[in-house]
Amino acid sequence: MKAQTADESASFGRPAARSSTALRSAIAFVGSDRRFIVGGLILIFYILIALTGPSISPHDLNTPNLDVRLGAPTATHWLGTDRIGRDVLTRIIAGSQVSLQVAAGAVLMALMIGAPLGALGSYAGGKIDAVVQRVMEGIMAFPSLVLALALVALAGPSVVMLWFAIAFSSIPRYSRLIRSGVLTQKEREYVDAARAMGQSPMRILVRQILPNIMAPIAVQLTLDFARAISVEASLSYLGLGLSVPYISWGTMIRDAQDFLEVAPWLAIFPGLTLAGVILAFTLVGDALRDQLDPRMRRSLSRRLA
Amino acid sequence: MRLRYIANRLVQLIPLVLVVTLVVFFVMMIVPGDPVMVMLGAVDGAQVSREVYDAMRVRLGLDQPLIIQYLHWLANLLQGDLGTSITHRTAALEVILQRLVPTMYLMVGGLIMAVVIAVPAGVLAAIHNNTKWDHLATAFVVAGISVPTFWLALVAVLIFAVYLGWLPAIGYTRPQDDFVDFLKHIALPMSVVALNIAATVLRFQRQDFLEQMQQDYVRTARAKGLSETLVQWKHVLRNSLITTFTVVGLQMAYLSGLITIVESVFNYPGIGYLLLNSIRTRDFIVVQGVVLFMVFLVIVVNLIVDILYTVLDPRIRYS
Repeated sequence: MKAQTADESASFGRPAARSSTALRSAIAFVGSDRRFIVGGLILIFYILIALTGPSISPHDLNTPNLDVRLGAPTATHWLGTDRIGRDVLTRIIAGSQVSLQVAAGAVLMALMIGAPLGALGSYAGGKIDAVVQRVMEGIMAFPSLVLALALVALAGPSVVMLWFAIAFSSIPRYSRLIRSGVLTQKEREYVDAARAMGQSPMRILVRQILPNIMAPIAVQLTLDFARAISVEASLSYLGLGLSVPYISWGTMIRDAQDFLEVAPWLAIFPGLTLAGVILAFTLVGDALRDQLDPRMRRSLSRRLA
Repeated sequence: MRLRYIANRLVQLIPLVLVVTLVVFFVMMIVPGDPVMVMLGAVDGAQVSREVYDAMRVRLGLDQPLIIQYLHWLANLLQGDLGTSITHRTAALEVILQRLVPTMYLMVGGLIMAVVIAVPAGVLAAIHNNTKWDHLATAFVVAGISVPTFWLALVAVLIFAVYLGWLPAIGYTRPQDDFVDFLKHIALPMSVVALNIAATVLRFQRQDFLEQMQQDYVRTARAKGLSETLVQWKHVLRNSLITTFTVVGLQMAYLSGLITIVESVFNYPGIGYLLLNSIRTRDFIVVQGVVLFMVFLVIVVNLIVDILYTVLDPRIRYS
């Protein structure tokens, strides 16, 4: 069982594995689970939309059109119009950029801070390790959303602040993953071999150990991405996200609240989009985890997609 | 033996409390602007005389080195002094405690409702593994994880308050004033909290139940000739409830965030609503107080869960 996990992690975690057999096994790997296909397609669509943005939008983003205020979905405005007649679909497309930008930054930031801390703890051991661990435990005691809220409220919203506020409570997860990964890998023969060859600890960590513990990190990144998107939208909904000219799905839903009775589509479509993207990341993350951890197979959302 | 474990657990709290308070202390340092002016309530370019300014600065201890400031603040904190609210002009702790009761109704009610839904549903999903019931439960779990809480709450308002008109959309009535009205007001927010927590509990309940079914004691019980119903609902459920209990305990941190969102959507006057209101009025003492209070709640609940865990599961080693 152990060997199998190592094989799998190597097959898709290692940059070196680029041969045609590896590619074929990667395709088989993805094709073996419908969650990958459904979730993956939604994600590709989402990322493409976010990258192409306004250029594919059917209408202009900010020009009000007072003739069609609070208009229901029609052939011209597929998802309706808002209180000053702006096209909802266009604004949802623009919102994808903020959600992707904030979530990707937050997830990467958590990894960039958490990973070195975990590596430091596991390599240094002793007191340093103990201190790092206590700090991580402390961070985990914080309700993540509440802490993010307080941080953004105090420092004022900016893209970088949102990255940090959302990343902060994820830091311990990466620190712990790397720490336990390094601790188990450190005793393996390939690390001994690298050490015997005279490689520096830093080189061993980055070139030898890291590729072998990429798999659980990839799972964590995917699931955290879903969480980051959700937190960004929640903060925006509470009025603490990025303000104009940024457009967030959370802000759209916040604005829609006052028109629930007359124009429910203003709240429904951005919400469905949000749920769809979060669902996609969750499906892919769960599918990845099940593939990597045979004990967890057949769990959660296996047959859903 | 158990006493020593509890003592040990309490000692472990010391570094945790230090870290948590340090984080909050330094987060408060990033507040833009001069804390003295903020404390004086003079944020929008108001004029303050030199004497008043200096007096406040000394009173706040801002002339002291950082470490002294922290220790002083921590000492006050440990005595339950969270500072004085800028807008309410009373002790922050008092302001928080006034709002605690509605939040407790929501939290405890939501948790109970979640367990009542999720435990039987999780067991049924596990027993009927891979049938349409299981798939339905799985769909519920995935939806519960994916649908943002604030949106679920809005959709609930849209359906039950706007279209059907069965329940009020926002507000709160104290149970001692009008119990029926209290129930009407709490029904929607509590259900949103419950559905959200139920998704997670169901997921773990189902998983653990499936794993417990593979255990030796199940084979033994079957070999004794016990009926399958008895094995499942008595022996297995009892063991897997321990896991459920832990999962519910671990939801505490998540629950605080959930409460904040739900209270905001429903204008429900609890501590989450207080937190958002204090952010709006820039009452940072209360913001800090609520954050600390929530962390304190998380730490205490986790401690209680850890201790009760040893009571529920005598096999656990006290190390």
